[in-house]
Amino acid sequence: MAQVEVFITLKSTVADPQGLVVKHALENLGYGEVDDVRVGKLITLRLKDDNKDALNKKIDQMCKKLLANPIIEDYKFQIQ
Amino acid sequence: MKFGVIVFPGSNCDHDCFHVVKNVLGQPVEYIWHDDIFGGEFDCIIVPGGFSYGDYLRTGAIARFSPAVNSLIDFANSGGPVIGICNGFQILLESGLLKGAMLRNTNMHFICKYVYIRVENIDTPFTNLCKPNQVLKIPIAHNEGNYYIDEVGLKDLKSNNQIVFRYSSKEGQIADKYNPNGAKDFIAGITNSKGNVLGLMPHPERCSEDVLNSTDGLLIFKSILNWTKVKT
Repeated sequence: MAQVEVFITLKSTVADPQGLVVKHALENLGYGEVDDVRVGKLITLRLKDDNKDALNKKIDQMCKKLLANPIIEDYKFQIQ
Repeated sequence: MKFGVIVFPGSNCDHDCFHVVKNVLGQPVEYIWHDDIFGGEFDCIIVPGGFSYGDYLRTGAIARFSPAVNSLIDFANSGGPVIGICNGFQILLESGLLKGAMLRNTNMHFICKYVYIRVENIDTPFTNLCKPNQVLKIPIAHNEGNYYIDEVGLKDLKSNNQIVFRYSSKEGQIADKYNPNGAKDFIAGITNSKGNVLGLMPHPERCSEDVLNSTDGLLIFKSILNWTKVKT
């Protein structure tokens, strides 16, 4: 069994309306030192296969095909 | 002219589109269940608004892989006219039939109101009955309508006349204050490069009868009919 965490964030070149609102909320709470907030997604997967090389390839495909939208999002993942 | 309206779990504008085509436009129309495939029995396909598959993951991301959308891609690639409205537009973007992607509205609110859009290109199957730069009064209802495309893509859209609608004032003026959702270059609707696939965030099916305060949406449906007449 392999446990995988996929992190998806908006590309740095894409404005993040959600992150901006969270930044303002933090400022209102007195955290003026917050310079930037980006909100993303965490997707966890559990897979039967645990051959790391094969998994790397497969999960990369999953991200490209479905989990992330490469036009606006970046992704990275960790296999545990 | 036979229309098909694709129905996904979570579609909620399918009946409105069906009603307008059948009772206002007076054309034959059938629902297409998302799990079914279809071929050349239709002359135009409508991808309606709603929350297909609960908008899980991203708007349109799951719907894009349904059997009906696979048929839709073949239909569009063979030149058939396709109109995606609101969630339908989002599905067309995810499927790759249209370029770009949708972000959350910049004000982070679900926006449901009448807006004005300016017709930027009347040489399309969907706007050929409009006057150049005509302003349409038409409602929007969405959370993710903040259209995004990179600069290279935007240049292509412009040089190829693919931008069909821009948000504007009642008089047709383009300015930030008339852009409800932060969309890049005020874009409310675009076509593919061939011009047979239109995606737009506003809802023409919600303003095609006098009782609904505006009939500007009907111009889009009537244009589709007119286009086939002009072409044959």
